[in-house]
Amino acid sequence: MQSNTNAKVYDAIIVGSGAGGGMATKILSEAGLNIAVVEAGPYFDPADPKTRTQLKWEFESPRRGASTRFRPFGDFDMAYGGWDIEGQPYTAAEGTEFYWFRSQMLGGRTNHWGRISLRFGPRDFKKKDFDGLGDNWPISYEDVKPFYDRIDKLLGVFGTNEGLPNDPDGYFLPPPKPRLHELFYIKGARASNVPVYPSRLSILTKKINNDRGVCYYCAQCSRSCNVYADFSASSCLVIPAMKSGQGQIDLYNDAMVREVTTDAQGKATGVVYVDRNERREYKLQAKTVVLAASACSSARILLNSKSPVHPDGLGNSSGLVGKYLHDSTGASRAAFIPALMDRDVTYNEDGVGGMHVYSPWWGDHSKLNFPRGYHIEVWGGMQRPSYGFGWNAGDMNQYLGLTTGSYGEGLRKDVRKFYGAVMGFGGRGEGIPREDNFCEIDPNKVDEYGIPVLRFNYKWSDYEIQQARHMQQTFEEITDNMGGHVLGEAKTAENDYGLEKPGKIIHEVGTTRMGDDPKTSVTTPFQALHDVPNVYVMDGGPIVQQGDKNCTWTILALSMRASEHLIDSLKRRDI
Amino acid sequence: MNRRDSLKTLIIGTAGAGLATTLPGCRTDGTDSNAGNADPNKLSDAELSYLTPKELDKVQRLRDQTFFTEHELATITALAHVILPANEYGSVEDAKVPEFIEFRVKEEEAWQLPMRGGLAWLNREANTRFEKDFRDLTASQQIEIVDPLAGYDHKIAERDRTQPQQFFGLMRNLTAVGYYTSPVGIKDIGYQGNQPNVWDGVPDEVLAKHGVAYEPEWLAKCIDQDTRETVAAWDEKGNLIA
Repeated sequence: MQSNTNAKVYDAIIVGSGAGGGMATKILSEAGLNIAVVEAGPYFDPADPKTRTQLKWEFESPRRGASTRFRPFGDFDMAYGGWDIEGQPYTAAEGTEFYWFRSQMLGGRTNHWGRISLRFGPRDFKKKDFDGLGDNWPISYEDVKPFYDRIDKLLGVFGTNEGLPNDPDGYFLPPPKPRLHELFYIKGARASNVPVYPSRLSILTKKINNDRGVCYYCAQCSRSCNVYADFSASSCLVIPAMKSGQGQIDLYNDAMVREVTTDAQGKATGVVYVDRNERREYKLQAKTVVLAASACSSARILLNSKSPVHPDGLGNSSGLVGKYLHDSTGASRAAFIPALMDRDVTYNEDGVGGMHVYSPWWGDHSKLNFPRGYHIEVWGGMQRPSYGFGWNAGDMNQYLGLTTGSYGEGLRKDVRKFYGAVMGFGGRGEGIPREDNFCEIDPNKVDEYGIPVLRFNYKWSDYEIQQARHMQQTFEEITDNMGGHVLGEAKTAENDYGLEKPGKIIHEVGTTRMGDDPKTSVTTPFQALHDVPNVYVMDGGPIVQQGDKNCTWTILALSMRASEHLIDSLKRRDI
Repeated sequence: MNRRDSLKTLIIGTAGAGLATTLPGCRTDGTDSNAGNADPNKLSDAELSYLTPKELDKVQRLRDQTFFTEHELATITALAHVILPANEYGSVEDAKVPEFIEFRVKEEEAWQLPMRGGLAWLNREANTRFEKDFRDLTASQQIEIVDPLAGYDHKIAERDRTQPQQFFGLMRNLTAVGYYTSPVGIKDIGYQGNQPNVWDGVPDEVLAKHGVAYEPEWLAKCIDQDTRETVAAWDEKGNLIA
């Protein structure tokens, strides 16, 4: 045995501590398993005053909160990482592009996400039945519903039961009241027959237990809540699991997993990781391995785990590891609403960290030139002056027939006049997964840990571009209905109607898709590798098809379901 | 005490009490805590403890550099005063706008040449017309130079405007950001948030002013803030019963 091998044999090694890994940590530890959680980044607890950014003012940053390579959403955003991490490159095949966002810290990207917690609906699991595109899931909504129900109660989500056919009801906390711009949006959207409902966010408007605090409406969920009033995998899953002590959890931080090790029969025996501080590699051993490093990171680990039994990488006999990669579609628009000028600033309009109202997909495809749909997110209001505040403040005078370019007291008046009069719309939708959108190992490049890096091959099709066009038309129409003016450059075919580049919405999934047939899928319907039953994938990888939803609530529900399957399999000695 | 005030008391009294040790004081406006210290060079290591080691290194590297000369900084300060004159809340200097601009221009290298060239142009203009540096001109002389630069035709793209216009535009934007993100500017704009609160809807008079109203059916679904501290429970159908 090498000296770098830890002699302990865990019941399970969990790679990654975000939504999927966090849930696996909770479920497996509660079953009394001995587990190792291997996280690429540092320890992080949102309650730690040292790292906390919540309630900080912009002037507590030397750049007033401007974005950097280290934090593309600004100094106070609680995701260590971004699309461009020093020493950890990735590449794209010629003529294609993909932007890969990674957050390396306990809890991963759940520390800064928008908390938009939408169940996939019955139709989302069987879309091929409706339009013949992509593939159906091997499981249905009814298979996942019990787990959605449990995570609603366990983690907390506000929303309302509306009885919609493809946006299922759940166990919701009551939503907050709409803000002023949201009341305008409700009117404007309805005038175009776009329905509006209270949003569904995993933020506690009300207590769900005595361990977590209640939202105090600072609008800063992207900074991760120090009273645990929003859902982060750090504060709500991993840290409580470590405190409860039901199972034995060893947490390895700053540990970059390179590969899964296997025995002569091809069964997984553990993982190799590089300690980022020592720059030295170590081995951990376990009966089972759970990959939850994020869809692309897990695919990378599998593809880098080559052995005589698995010459093309672990679980890759189908050749599909990394294939069917797909991000949500996204396009946005901001608008100036003259009726929202000259705001009364005597009250605090922060609200929760995100929208209080939203529009789930409403379209009728018999009248549309693209498949699938999107939901609309809205923002606006009298927000905290942050980096960029007052930039080109007088520009909007052009819509009032006034001259642009004030300074002095005129500028001060303009800033006040327009404060809270701009709102924005974000469409987040569903693209069609394709085998030729994928990530693979780039044979010519390694990262600073010597690990071969990913090369992306990704192109949007006309389906997604036409969907973005529809988003823009909808935003323009709603803006007109509010008597407003859309801002920014025109969205035309030349700029793909503002369709965000692949990866920019940070909902990438599908790289280890589940299925019944080992030839056309990587994982089983319970997310074990077809080829290697003691390796599970519990991040977004097994998702067959995104919905017109965000993926986190589904990753959590599926991870809970797969974790219980893993426990049963261990008990039955199947693996 | 109206409902809004009583809710505020509620959160300060309950959640607020629990928070007191972890929050940097539940500030009631933007002026408490380290408000006097918006200078990027004076934030202490303790105040910057939220940054990762790599981020701190970068901040330190930037602080160790000097870009603008004393004379340039004085010109920036004078111009910032013209862009946003002092009022009862304070001045651009109180808001540490020059220090902020120095830091940002060191960080964004693409701004260095336009800023430096623009400042030189400004002083050339001042000396040619009034035989004094811009910083030493009277307020009306400064305005005489600035006024023709300030207005622009919005149909002309920013990159197609004259260099002095582009320079002034950048100075105006940086001054606005630096000012309004400072304790002085936050008070000036009147922003009320970034503190524990209980959101319970838009005040009636604001709804009336903007001609909108809440629908009773919608409000009936929303959180009754008097129940926020009660642990939630549901029946089998997902109806909230506590």
